[in-house]
Amino acid sequence: MRVFDWIVQLMGIALALAAAPVFLGWVNQCRAWLQNKSAPSILQPYRGIRKLVHKDAVIAQNASRLFRLAPYVVFGAMVTAAAVIPSIATRLPITRAADAIGLVGLLATARVFLSLAAMDIGTAFGTLGARREMMVGFLAEPALLVVIFVVSLTSATTALPIIAERLAGQSLVLNPSLAFTAVAFTMVLLAENARIPVDNPATHLELTMIHEALLLEYSARHLALMEWAAALKLFNYACIGFAVFIPWGIATSDAPLGLTLSVMLLGVKLTVAGAGLAFIETVSAKLRVFRAPEFLATAFLLAVLGLLVRLLLGE
Amino acid sequence: MSMFGSSVWSATIPDYEGRCLVSFSSTSPLTLCLLLLLAWCMVGFAGMVRPFSLAFVGRTLFPLGALVGAALAVVAATSLTQAPEQLVLPIGLPDLPVHLHLDALSGVFLVLLGAAAAGISIFAAGYFRQGEGTAPGLLCLQYHLFLASMGFVLLADDAYAFMLAWETMALSSYFLVTTQHRIPEIRKAGFLYLLMAHLGAISILLSFGILQGGSWHFTFDAMRAAHLDTNWATVAFCLALMGFGAKAGLVPVHVWLPEAHPAAPSPVSALMSGVMLETALYGMIRVSFDLLGQPLWWWGLLPLSLGLFSALYGVVFAAAQTDMKRLLAYSSIENVGIMFTGLGLAIVFAGVGMRAAAALTLIAVMYHALNHAFMKSLLFLGTGAVLHATGERNLGRLGGLIHRMPWVAWLTLIGVLAIAGLPPLNGFVSEWLLLQSFLFSYKVPHAFINMLLPLGAALVALAAALAGYVMVKFFGVIFLGQPREPTLQKAHDAGFAERLGLAWLALGCVLLGFFPTTVITLFGTVTKQLGLGELPLSNAPWWLLLPIPERESSYAPLVFFAVILVVVALATVSVRFFYHQRLRTGAAWDCGFGGLTSRMQDTAEGFGQPIRHLFQPLFFIVRELPSPFDTKPRYRLEIGDRIWRALYEPLGPLVRRVADKVAWLQQGRIATYLLYSFVTLVVSLALML
Repeated sequence: MRVFDWIVQLMGIALALAAAPVFLGWVNQCRAWLQNKSAPSILQPYRGIRKLVHKDAVIAQNASRLFRLAPYVVFGAMVTAAAVIPSIATRLPITRAADAIGLVGLLATARVFLSLAAMDIGTAFGTLGARREMMVGFLAEPALLVVIFVVSLTSATTALPIIAERLAGQSLVLNPSLAFTAVAFTMVLLAENARIPVDNPATHLELTMIHEALLLEYSARHLALMEWAAALKLFNYACIGFAVFIPWGIATSDAPLGLTLSVMLLGVKLTVAGAGLAFIETVSAKLRVFRAPEFLATAFLLAVLGLLVRLLLGE
Repeated sequence: MSMFGSSVWSATIPDYEGRCLVSFSSTSPLTLCLLLLLAWCMVGFAGMVRPFSLAFVGRTLFPLGALVGAALAVVAATSLTQAPEQLVLPIGLPDLPVHLHLDALSGVFLVLLGAAAAGISIFAAGYFRQGEGTAPGLLCLQYHLFLASMGFVLLADDAYAFMLAWETMALSSYFLVTTQHRIPEIRKAGFLYLLMAHLGAISILLSFGILQGGSWHFTFDAMRAAHLDTNWATVAFCLALMGFGAKAGLVPVHVWLPEAHPAAPSPVSALMSGVMLETALYGMIRVSFDLLGQPLWWWGLLPLSLGLFSALYGVVFAAAQTDMKRLLAYSSIENVGIMFTGLGLAIVFAGVGMRAAAALTLIAVMYHALNHAFMKSLLFLGTGAVLHATGERNLGRLGGLIHRMPWVAWLTLIGVLAIAGLPPLNGFVSEWLLLQSFLFSYKVPHAFINMLLPLGAALVALAAALAGYVMVKFFGVIFLGQPREPTLQKAHDAGFAERLGLAWLALGCVLLGFFPTTVITLFGTVTKQLGLGELPLSNAPWWLLLPIPERESSYAPLVFFAVILVVVALATVSVRFFYHQRLRTGAAWDCGFGGLTSRMQDTAEGFGQPIRHLFQPLFFIVRELPSPFDTKPRYRLEIGDRIWRALYEPLGPLVRRVADKVAWLQQGRIATYLLYSFVTLVVSLALML
């Protein structure tokens, strides 16, 4: 049975790796439809990665080893996160290696390496991007942690799979504290994945960039890894959201039928969430960079409010 | 074999009453610790044999001191599993022998002292050069006396011995801070440090005065036995908090710290930040959990709130600094704040009888202290190496040093990632434990408080995330990017001894991060001896950290690291295998603008700007903007500490005014002074009779 657990675990990782670019493609497709544009193929992110992998890598003369190491570390951190998050099943071997707080730490590791790599060449845009990325991060990270605290007070654990199991076992009632935290989580998701109110993934204007500015000096295979890692990050955030707020359907045992059902349900959830994300991005306007801290402070305060409501209402 | 057999010796010196006062045994950890501390003193005095010989002091004495430190760490670590020991030495004033003891709490902090000192001393062996102000031999004496006095603080078992060691620690470190005493700013910083250290010492002395509870015995045993009524106990606790807080750099008695720590030579800054601040934490734990017996729950709210405020205050100010050592000093304030937050939480838990939660929190605090000793020493030594290589402390004149100083850069990177609280390094473990214990706080049976306490977790998380910001700034501006000054091209990497010291501390960061279960099991003895019980760790495998089994929150740094490593390795191998591997180097693209110069990078001020903007109310900012008609436009920005201006600056005139009033007593005539003596005599006689 242990061997089968490992197989399921590896399948989960492979699924995340394969599905992440498709999910990003789906979000882009929905956004194009909503904006009355002709949509790119859902596989467009894959084509981008393939194109990049065929190119020659060019790096700046004064790049250090850190610059070449960072894409691998960021990618590695995102894959590890995908292994820890219970996307299709809860009782898997690697999920015990880190709880939700560890997961936040892992995402922070990726962010720090990304920012350091952007500062390595010493261009104006790189350091500007690093500063902005850290500015977004230092508010988004505690907001995400508070969201996790609220959920862990409800489920008496910080282990994500167990949170999913215990919350799935509860009867379906509208929990006001979870409602607050769900809004906060969505805001964090938008900010951390460089989506529209905070950053524009499709921008070509360097001065407004955050995430893209970090990657300006990367090319070819390094850029491909970074792009893939970014897609994985979006996928991971979506899966964290599913595990915490709509945990129903995630397999709690390794019965093949349950697993199949769980994968199908994950597909449905991703489809709906992707469309929702595209909708939010379409109806909202991009904030000025100086407004981003206010947006995130709102998320942080909403999460804290959720915590207070949770404590006020008691068990 | 007989030679080794005879090395186990013991001696007993009976005192005049026939009681066994001293019982030495070479196998007892306490005796060994004592001998090692004396060895440190000897090494120090040996420096005075040839005070101007840098080769003798640097190549021989400092490495010897490092060996003593490593031995001390090993001895103290073995003592953790043994029963507490006591020792009475008949030295000092008649009838006032020196009481020493070694329990698990002292042991943990001795391990911290020994292990950190070993790395710092090895680094110092290569660091001190001619022209540092004080002669090398004298510096060696001050340095080793500083180390030994910190050890004696941890071993002291009565108030006299404690205060003696405490004051020796303050004085020796004062002389170390003013090593470059020809610079007026450094003399000023040293004076401020001395002043605050003495205010703190008076406060601690008064606290001990209350703790003896009318028995007039100043041994710690007498203090444990004394039964204080609640009000007096509260006063004693507050005085201790004030005294130890002043040494630890808790806001608002932190003002000396950002001045004194950067002024000292880097190994001394490392010792002060990495070890001395932790001795203050030790004192606070000793007083609140041991000497006071059962603490009241609401006492904890004081260190908790001060700690949270210090953590945020320290990290926000660190983000605004442009001097690399001041940045680290403010980061120390943040870390001390986190430790005192945990301490306060532990007191709250212990006060309401949640002993398991209190034990977990106290373990998190001690873990953080141990981590901080390694991380902060590593970073301070890193700045020392940079300072030697470039002669620059200003972040605005550094940059790109990863190419010139790869050893220093990569080893410092480990410290940076650790202190930013990133897994799988050590800073994350203590933060994780602290957050886990915060999640118990909603169970505190006091309405309103149990709602406010969990919010502390949110603030700790905010401080930790900001620490990441600060550390990216620190590392990015010093080591990455382009060199901001042409002279930086001539920077050289650190020497062998310095690399060894850095590597030792970096290894500590990694090991403490990878084997948390082992460390926590050792800490369990401390909480058991303090009457809080141990953590139930037994049923989890050794690689899995599972402090609260019923909560099922687990963390396995080794698995975690292995998974990342495997993914990175697989990604690298598959790139090698499937990819054509063509790689060219060229000029930085920079969106094709061209003409890239080093002045286009973010400065340290620029990188800190968002934080300065967001937390504006905390800062005192003076801004001079150039007018459009200036022929030589100048932009000046000065960032000050509001607490200094509000609390300390009015003190000077106040003291002067009081002094003027008192000066009236000095009439300058012998007759008046004789009258004073006469009145004093009469009054004392009247009191005596």
